[in-house]
Amino acid sequence: MTQKKIAVAIDDLTVAYNYKPVLWDIDLEIPEGVLMAIVGPNGAGKSTLLKSILGIIEPVAGSVSVFEKSYESQRKKVAYVPQKGSVDWDFPTTALDVVMMGTYGSLGWIKRPGAKEKKASLEALEKVGMLAFRDRQISQLSGGQQQRIFLARALVQNAEIYFMDEPFQGVDATTEIAIINILKELRKLGKTVVVVHHDLQTVPEYFDWVTFLNVKKIATGPVKDIFNDDNLTKTYGINYKVSLLQ
Amino acid sequence: MTSAQIEIQIIAALVAMACAIPGVFLVLRKMALITDAISHSILPGIVIGFFITQDLNSPWLILLASLTGVLTVFLVERIQKSGLVKEDTAIGLVFPALFSIGVLLIAKNANDIHLDIDAVLLGEIAFAPFDRIFWNGIDFGPKSLWIILSILVVNLSLLLFFFKELKLSTFDKGLSTALGFSPVVVHYGLMTMASVTTVGAFDAVGAILVVALMIAPAAAAYMLTNDLKKMLLLAVCFGALSAILGYWLAYFLDASIAGSITSVLGLVFLSVYLFAPHKGILSILYRNKQQQIEVSLITFLLHLNNHDEKSERHIKHLNEHINWHKVKSKKVVELAQKNNMIRIENEYISLTEKGKSFTDLAINYIITNDDSKIESIKEDFFLFRG
Repeated sequence: MTQKKIAVAIDDLTVAYNYKPVLWDIDLEIPEGVLMAIVGPNGAGKSTLLKSILGIIEPVAGSVSVFEKSYESQRKKVAYVPQKGSVDWDFPTTALDVVMMGTYGSLGWIKRPGAKEKKASLEALEKVGMLAFRDRQISQLSGGQQQRIFLARALVQNAEIYFMDEPFQGVDATTEIAIINILKELRKLGKTVVVVHHDLQTVPEYFDWVTFLNVKKIATGPVKDIFNDDNLTKTYGINYKVSLLQ
Repeated sequence: MTSAQIEIQIIAALVAMACAIPGVFLVLRKMALITDAISHSILPGIVIGFFITQDLNSPWLILLASLTGVLTVFLVERIQKSGLVKEDTAIGLVFPALFSIGVLLIAKNANDIHLDIDAVLLGEIAFAPFDRIFWNGIDFGPKSLWIILSILVVNLSLLLFFFKELKLSTFDKGLSTALGFSPVVVHYGLMTMASVTTVGAFDAVGAILVVALMIAPAAAAYMLTNDLKKMLLLAVCFGALSAILGYWLAYFLDASIAGSITSVLGLVFLSVYLFAPHKGILSILYRNKQQQIEVSLITFLLHLNNHDEKSERHIKHLNEHINWHKVKSKKVVELAQKNNMIRIENEYISLTEKGKSFTDLAINYIITNDDSKIESIKEDFFLFRG
């Protein structure tokens, strides 16, 4: 493997809630073009890590750079899929409208989305197999469909790096396969995809890069090199046996 | 109608329309209570502003009082962020404190100022036509009309310019931050809008009722539409309509205008709550009832589908077997018959072709949860509408 460019570099990042550190002195480099899982137990700070990269949470110390510049100057190269439960799905809006929100970043303040943005959003909906549901009120969608809408909203940003917070949570097997196929396609296009992931069984199958996190960074690197019992045990604290050869 | 009557109605309608705009976003942000807090805690701002300006309709007074409103929001958030008390408790702590300062200020200076507690609580819209703007001897109408009209125009322009930002930060704060639209700026912008509007409405409807103008039209509109733009439009219409109807109710009852407007708002919300086509109580009850019958029907058809043996298909046996009482069994059998899904020969029931294919579709849907297969039967059956 040739030496890749670094998409995201995190330096000495510490994040605290009410003076209690949830992320402690994280150093992490995410190479361009990887499909990376962030794994770790509940409360390990996985979502917090994403949020502090994206400037949603202010860190106590440390810095984050995206393609060697500050996140603020690189916003348009980054797309974000929050946890599905973080929004109110009873909000009066349609699937298409939610996807259009992905275009707001490139529009900037005040400017309204137009025909171009609508076309891009419809294409994104088609990619996730949700075109037929474009006018559906979002509360009328199933959990898996809502997750696809969120994915479409990220796709329409046409970013270089995608951060996704548990995109497989509460979705059925069909949707999971559909989503992972889209993520793999993104990687094929040279995009960097970072996913907070819970299901350890599927890590070797879905991802080529993995970061073990539990308040501190335990390990990061190619799945085939570092996804082993040793690191799992260090991260989860109990002796983890997973069969890597399937 | 006298010109004063017309002017009062116009002012009331403008107040209601101006309130409905921030109201929609406050309802969607689940911040209805903060309106109540703002409307009370602007009182010290109004009193102090009055000491300085000696004019209840001065723009400076409005700005000063609005600042107290924003300060309330800020204090509530600070207290809440300490992690020691919850948001509703924080609201309950902050606004009575500020409101009581206002009450004390009025009481201490009761002789000097033309401001009494009744007016503060219930407003004095009936007197609005007396305070007029004259310029070069020409009468330009009531001062409060111009003030509330300016506030409405500002609210509408802010809404037009920042609709996208307001929508995004209300729906998804995280994405809004990530995309570079500071939700804090939008949040405090909205809170300022709500505060200025409240101060503008205060004169007309008082501290207690202004919350009804903010929340009731938005809550009623929310029950009727799934489109934010329509929700805003409906809320503004409900507000204006209630204001005018409320004025006439007060006229015929010889009662408080503000009280009547709020009563009409309550009635508007109640009727929407009961009769709204999808989210209304009656519609939900009807749908549940239909769904119950349809679930029974499918259970019944599945039973027939599963059993070829005659003993399981006798009309009397069904009563005992599926464990339904007679009325329900009869209803279900009739419904199945009406839809040509079963035929009855010598008291034995069997599925027709249509019944068979419907049952297959239903099983398929239940197993796969795949919507596309049942588009055709969705029209007839609530159960599949999700």
